Parts: sequence; C-alpha cells; structure tokens
Amino acid sequence: MKRVAIVGYAQHPILKNAGALNEVELIMPVVHQLFNDLGISQKDIDFTCSGSCDYLQGAAFAFVEGLSAIQTNPPIKESHVEMDAAWAMYESMLKIQMGDAETALIYGFGKSSPGDLDAIISLQMDPYYISPLWPDRVSLAALQARVLLDQNVITSEQMLASVIEARANSKNNKNALITDLIDESDYLKNAMVSSPLNQLDCPPISDGSSAMIIASEEKAYEFTDHPIWIEGIDHRIESSNLGSRNLATSKTLQASMDQLNLKNIKFDVAELHTQFSHELPFLKSLLNLQDVPTNLSGGPLVGNVMMCAGLDAIGKTYESLKNNQFTHGLAHATSGPCLQHNMLVHLEAQK
Amino acid sequence: MSAEDIPKDYSESPINLEYFYTAGSATTRFLNQVKEGNIVGQGCPKCKAVYVPPRGSCPRCGVATDIEVPLTDKGCIESFTVVHIPIPGNPIVPPYVCAMIRLDGANISFLHLIQDVDIENIRIGMRIQAVWKPKEEWTHSLENIKWFAPIDEPDVDVATLRFHES
Amino acid sequence: MSDSKDLLRAPFELAYNYKRSNGPVMSKFFDALGKQTILGTKSSTGKVFSPAAEFDPDTYESLNDMVEVGPGGSVESFSWIEAPQKHHLIKEPFAFALIKLDGADSSMLHMIADCNEADLSIGTRVTAAWSETTTKRITDIKFFTLEK
Ligand SMILES: [Zn+2]
Repeated sequence: MKRVAIVGYAQHPILKNAGALNEVELIMPVVHQLFNDLGISQKDIDFTCSGSCDYLQGAAFAFVEGLSAIQTNPPIKESHVEMDAAWAMYESMLKIQMGDAETALIYGFGKSSPGDLDAIISLQMDPYYISPLWPDRVSLAALQARVLLDQNVITSEQMLASVIEARANSKNNKNALITDLIDESDYLKNAMVSSPLNQLDCPPISDGSSAMIIASEEKAYEFTDHPIWIEGIDHRIESSNLGSRNLATSKTLQASMDQLNLKNIKFDVAELHTQFSHELPFLKSLLNLQDVPTNLSGGPLVGNVMMCAGLDAIGKTYESLKNNQFTHGLAHATSGPCLQHNMLVHLEAQK
Repeated sequence: MSAEDIPKDYSESPINLEYFYTAGSATTRFLNQVKEGNIVGQGCPKCKAVYVPPRGSCPRCGVATDIEVPLTDKGCIESFTVVHIPIPGNPIVPPYVCAMIRLDGANISFLHLIQDVDIENIRIGMRIQAVWKPKEEWTHSLENIKWFAPIDEPDVDVATLRFHES
Repeated sequence: MSDSKDLLRAPFELAYNYKRSNGPVMSKFFDALGKQTILGTKSSTGKVFSPAAEFDPDTYESLNDMVEVGPGGSVESFSWIEAPQKHHLIKEPFAFALIKLDGADSSMLHMIADCNEADLSIGTRVTAAWSETTTKRITDIKFFTLEK
C-alpha cells in the first residue's frame, strides 16, 4: 500500500435552508478555501471525485452541474459517486494506489431542504419489496433502535445522553446547525416521530458542502507540514434484504475491524456517522470506543448534510488529530437503512 | 431457464416526488431581469466569458461569475433541428424548429424555438431576434420569449464565435 | 446569505411511471399474493426467506424452491407513527414493522394498522389483511392486523 495522507479539509457552514445558494454556489467557497489554505490550484490536482444524490436536486445528472464549481479547463480527470463523498474519498484512494494520481480533490454536496427527504430515501431502497411501502428513514432507523433496546445492547438513557452530548459538543464545531443546549425534560416532552425515536433523536434537515484533498507521500509534504495519514480504510455492505439482517449487531463493521486490525489500537478520538441517537452507543460498544472521546464535533445530530456527513466524519477526525496532540483517530461513514453499509477509516498523525 | 420461459410479469412502479425549489443567487438575479424583459448575462472575472443563462460560475475557471453583462435580444442560430414527431403533452404542432441561440456578446448558447420562418430557409448563422409575449404576461421565465424569429441582417460565420482565451 | 426573502421559489414535481419486470422468482411471489397466498424461497440449508429472496445473502446460492408461509407471523420490531406523513399509504396512526411469517426465517417489512401502539410489542402475533384489488405488488397485502 502506498502511504496516502489527508492534507486539507473544508466545510461550508451547515444551513437549514441554503435557498440563496444553488449547489454550485455552495461548493465553490469550500474548494476555494482549501486551495487558498494550501496555496494550490486545480492544476495541482490529478483526480477529482464528488459525492452527491441527484434525487435531492430532483434532476437527472445533477452532479454534472456540480462540476461547474471547479476549474475544468483544461479538461480534468474526474469521477462521481451517487453516495456520500466518503466513498468518493475511497475511490480517490484507489486511484492513488493504482498509480493513476498523486493528488485528489474530493467534494460532497447536498441540499435536503427543497425535497421531501423521507420520500427520497425510501425510493433508494429495494423497488419491489420495500419502496412501494414508502418507509421513511426515521421509521427504518426506529426498527433498529427498538431491537437494540429490546436486547439491551443500548439503553434509552444512552440515547438521551447522545442527544445532550451532541448539543454540548456543538460548541467545538463552528459549522454546526444546531447549537442550543437541552436537558432531560426538554428531551422527554418531545413528541415521537416514529417511536422509539422522537424529533431530538433524529438529525436536522441540512444543506451544505465539504471538500478534502488527499495526496501520496511524495506530494503530501509539498502541500503541508502536517499531513494526517490514512493508515487503514475498509468498507463493507450488508444484504439489501432488510428482513434477513440481524439488526442487533453489524457483521460488516466487525469484519472491517478485523481487516484493519483495530483491536490493539488505542484511539484518541473518533467521529462516527451516527445519524440517530441510538446509533452512537451501539457503534461505540461495537467498535470498543467506550472510553474514547467520540463526536466532539457534535456529529450528525447537530448537522447532517446528506452525501457529506460521512466525509465530514473523516474531516472532523482529521481536524482533531491536526489541532490536538492526538495520534490515532477513527472515522466512520454509513449509507443505507439501519447502518447497512459502513466504512471505517483509521487516521494517524506523524509522531 | 431461457428468457422466453420467464413470465413476462411487470409491476407498476410509479414514482413521484414533490420539491419546493429555490433558484440560488445567480439564477435569481438573471430571472428577476427576465421578468422585466431584460437579458443580463454574467461574466467571468478571469477569462471574461459571458454566460446566458448564468448558473453562477465559470466552469472554465471555477470562479463565481459576478460581473453583470446586459445583452440585447438579438443573436444567431448556432445549430438547429426540425422536430417532426409530436411529443406527448407538448402543445406545439410539428414540424417546428428547436435551435441553439447564441445571443450577441454571449459565449454559450441556449435552446429555444424558432418560428415565423420557412423551415427550408433555416440555417446555421442566421440572424434572429426574440419575439416577446405581451408585457402583462411576463413572469420569471425565459418563456416570456415566445420564440425567436429571423431578422434582415447578414448571416454570421459561427466559427468566428468560438471562445478565445484572452 | 440563506433564507433571503428576495429568493425565487417554485414548486416542482418529479414523476416517472416505471414498470419493473419481476423476474422468475418474484413473479411467482407476486402471482401468489394475487391469490392471497404468501410464498418464500428455501435455501439448501433449509432457511426460508419471505418475501421471496432471489439469493441467499449468506451462501450466495440462487433460490427458486418456493414454499408457502404465513399469513400469520410475529413482530420482530416495529416503529409507531402517530402522525403519518403525506407519502405514507395509511393515513391513521400505524406501524412499520418487521414481521417473521410462520414458516419463514427472515422478516418482511410491512405495515401494521387497525390497532393501538400499546397493542404492539416484539413477539405480538399479526396476520395479513388483503387489498381489495390485486396489482401484483407488495401492497396486495394491505397491512397486517392483530391476530384474533
Ligand atoms: Zn472564466
């Protein structure tokens, strides 16, 4: 494996409704900020890869429009994933491993405000057995929450703690959408959306964009004195047959942990793409992170830009390692209902 | 099992999604002018390319097009096609002409209709001008222009319209 | 910058009338639904998937041994919706649920209606209620109700 590092990350302030900005207008500032921070331009980038969802915009090939945000003349090598931009980062990583690129720009963008996110997400599921029932994303997450509660994998107190902690941690995140603190009584009087999940257990509808630059070892030090190394990256998906999955655990995450040999690593920090309150204690226990500061950015509960939030978990872990005296960080990205598809990224700062 | 043996069963699988779309800054500026009967392109501060309709950025340079460039409603046909097949739901009766319209001073073209012309006479480079709906019908839409029609001016050699880096 | 009042906004609807071919396994499943029968597929290990799966996600073998399951089953999990959204098919309070049909080893995602939240828990017995007309879709099962 070639060594590859994250050399920069930028995030647009997360907005409730970015109506004043179209997608291109959302992407441009973060890409420009990254280029300015590193003193580089698109000419220094060998490969560009984006992550977005055309259904969010309601237009076929909407992702192509996103390319207007970056300099594409002379023509560039680029690609796109109809997924969270964490997977655009994975594709870029492969591109560098194959020797086709030394540097890559990754960006993700998503506006959930114009459409009905619940309806859009249900259309991304099995079109024969699941989509015709129009299950919303909260109800699907709630199915897993109930299983975890029933089997005592997590407790409702932990769900409450996730929500209170996310709000408290939002002070560390200048781009957070939700920053007001809440207490137990606020939580308990909140109406259920789809029991056992209430409004506060769910992430806010969010608009935004993020960008990241990764580079091979040779290039990384040209861009920055503080590269953060991608020591391991692995992603796996479970069956799309929701009813055949064991929702009380995650076979894929366990397999990824083994693959990345995470058992003996003492993580200093973790950022998990946990969109619902029950997912944080569940993944913390599954990933042995009980004593590790997790989601210091507040995580998706204080801002959850679709198609970016996974990349943001990686970006926030990068920032934590860079800005503190931390060595090991773990980032997680997810996609699909009930944590169907998961990516783990092990980041390490130079000692 | 061969393909013939497979039951030819289909499920109706309709999809419909409702959006409340917001135009963003560049499109809002453009359409507010269109509402008043003006066509205002947006120019790139770096390469000076002028975009109509503007999307807010210059994809050549990757920067915001923050220069407003008022244009006239005259231009030429950069390319065209004659549509002979009716499209369900489209009220226009074939044959009719769809053309890429390059307004004078713009560096990209956009799709619109050509009418008031013999189809046999239509050609690339032909000079055309917008035919507007009555003012009281103007909205935030390029449909304020009913179509473009030929005007009595010499043809343009479209090869000369190619963008040159300044 | 955001939420400006000068912004142009417009409603916009996106609709496609797709038809999907069901393929050999799901055709049998949907044909049976039209006759108010629920089928599953059985793998070589004896595991039964319903709704009928085309392959076993553990052994990767393709499945075409059809067996009848249900129409009764038990609730594996559920989420209760007090205020249904616009796109939901049921307009009264209802549940989405994973239901393990009798004779099946996997669960079916569907809805449970005509009951109260307090009637439901993991393990509750339910049975299929059928739609008046068949359209060869999963919605031929209208929803599940409490077993009498
Ligand atoms: Zn330019």
